Parts: sequence; structure tokens; C-alpha cells
Amino acid sequence: MQFRRFLFSGLAALIAVGGAAFAQQAQSAKVEVTKAWARATPGKSTIGAAYATVTAPADDRLIAAATPVAGAAEIHQHTMENGVMKMRQVDAVPLPAGQAVTLSPGGYHIMLMDLKAPLVAGQSFPLTLTFEKAGTVETKVMVGGVGASGPAGHDAGAMDHMDMGAMAGHKG
Amino acid sequence: MSRLKSYQIGGLVALAGLLLVGVLLAGGIAWEKWHEGPPTAKIGGPFELVDARDGKTVTDQDFKGKWLLVYFGYTHCPDACPTALNDLSLALDKLGDKRHAMAPVFITIDPERDTADVMKDYVASFAPDIVGLTGSTEQIARAEKGYRVYAAKHPTKDGGYDMDHSSIIYVMDPAGRFVTNFTHETDPDQMAAKLMSLAS
Repeated sequence: MQFRRFLFSGLAALIAVGGAAFAQQAQSAKVEVTKAWARATPGKSTIGAAYATVTAPADDRLIAAATPVAGAAEIHQHTMENGVMKMRQVDAVPLPAGQAVTLSPGGYHIMLMDLKAPLVAGQSFPLTLTFEKAGTVETKVMVGGVGASGPAGHDAGAMDHMDMGAMAGHKG
Repeated sequence: MSRLKSYQIGGLVALAGLLLVGVLLAGGIAWEKWHEGPPTAKIGGPFELVDARDGKTVTDQDFKGKWLLVYFGYTHCPDACPTALNDLSLALDKLGDKRHAMAPVFITIDPERDTADVMKDYVASFAPDIVGLTGSTEQIARAEKGYRVYAAKHPTKDGGYDMDHSSIIYVMDPAGRFVTNFTHETDPDQMAAKLMSLAS
């Protein structure tokens, strides 16, 4: 009796641990994409930029992007060298395991080209991000004002240090 | 003997001539440097461009008497330019009755794509009083030179191009003299405070 109880509880514990581990693994296979946003496009502009925060469970790379609202979507990086703003297409955004990487003004962005219609504040559009290992993740991009500096309703106090650093000086 | 002498004299004269040219050159450069003053003193100057609102020629003289706020950028710019223009328009909104003393202009560094029509619609998305300016390649190049703006095409894989460019908002006083500058990273509140103090 005593032994049986021991056996049962042991089995239960094993199942619980195994289940939890399995659940965690299932969860960890997915890249988390949050706070996806874009600025409204001014005038007849046919280009735009989308930003998001991406967290990969294991080392991965963001290698492509696509959206039905644009003819093409590329990964670009901005750099400021000696006061000169440069924008370059890059092959990938490195995503270290468990680290939230924020695509934001002044850094990485998804460059949207040949927009089929202007991006209008308050609207949203789908964006599919492709990761080297984790496959694709679809997210909804919220469109803010023409000079938005972050996702709408984003509380500055809740930003982690990475966000703060990347967005310093972009108040608007 | 006398032939040799005249040959020698010729050589001396040539040497003296060279020396004189060297001294004059060095003196000229020094004189230039002396009169250049601080680098800020030379920013700006005359320009002749095309007003995006009506396609008519406009010059720096048309803005005399107002604080000219000049930003160079391009409409295919997804980041720095909208940020600068948005921050500038936020700053203008805080100026109250001093706003009418300001003449904000957005000069394109990409006249090829930024026609008057494109510029007009683009600036209207930010503030009604920002004037979009475009022009011929030569007109734009002259304005860029005056303001010491760096702008260069960078070809992209798809056969198009982006622009590498300096991102600066120049503040010129009502007489057309450079006073200070902001960047697309300047806080709009700071921009407004500075403009208020300048205009009062």
C-alpha cells in the first residue's frame, strides 16, 4: 500500500515534469513578435517602414518579411556615421536566444516598398516574418501617426532598457 | 661668358618667380583661413529653388525677415526625415504667436523623384506651413553646398537608390545668418524653447 502510493506519486510527478518540459519546448519553438507598428505614410509616398519587438527562444535570425500591402519588403538597417544617415539592406537581423530585439527608428526596420495604398493612422495590416530556424510568424502591424516614435499606447515606463536605448531622442 | 651669365640670370629669375608664386599661394591660403572665421559663419547663403506649392522660382530673399528653418531630406526616406519634420511641426505648434515669425522649409536632396507635386503632398502631411522646395539638380546642388549638406546616392539591389545624407535642421535669423541647428533627434520641446527665446 505504502509502496503503491509512492509509485503513483512518483509516476504523477514524472508525468507532471515531463508534461511541463514538453509544454515549454512546444512554446519555445515559437518566436515571439510583439508591438508591431508603422508610421502613416505622408503624401503620395509609396514607401514605409515597419517595426516590432522579436524574441527568439533559441539563437535565430530574421531573414525575410512579406506583407500584402507592399510590392516588396526588405530588412534594412540605419546607421549614423559622422552625422550622415545611411540606410542599407541587410541579409538578416541576429536574434540571440531569449533576448528581445527591437526594430525601431534609427536601427533595424522592415522597409516596405511599392505600397499599394497609403498607410493610414489607426489602421493595421498583416506582416509575415521569416526566421531561419523557427519558420514564419504572422503579426498585425498597427499604423500610428506620420511621426510616431513607437507603437501606439506604448508606455515609456514599461520599456526595457533596450527600447529606451534604441528610442532615445525620438520623442514625438 | 656673357651667354652663361644670362643663362644663370634666367635661372635665378625663374627661381625667384617660383618662390614668389609659392609665397603668394601660402599667403593667400593663410588670408583665406584668417577670414573664414568659425565654420558656422559660412552656412547658408543664397539659393534659387522651386516652390512646391506653385512651381514658381523662390530664393532666400523671399524668406528674409523671417526665421528660416531649413531641413534637407527626401520623401523616400522612411526614418530620419519624417522624424525631423514631425518634431519640427510639433515644435511649431508650441510657438503660439511666434509661429508666424518662422518659415519652415523642406528642401529635397532627391530632385529626380521629388517633384513639386510629390513635395507638396508630402509636407502637407506634417504641417500646413512647411514649404517644400525642389529644383533642378544644379539648383539643389548649389543649395546643398551653401548649407554644407552631405547627400549621395546609394544604389540598391533592385536597381533603385537610397540617399545617404546629413540630417540637420538649420536655424537662420531674419537677416539670413546661421544661428543654430537641430537634428532629427532633438526633442521638440527643446526645439520650441530655443525658437521662442530666439524670436522674442
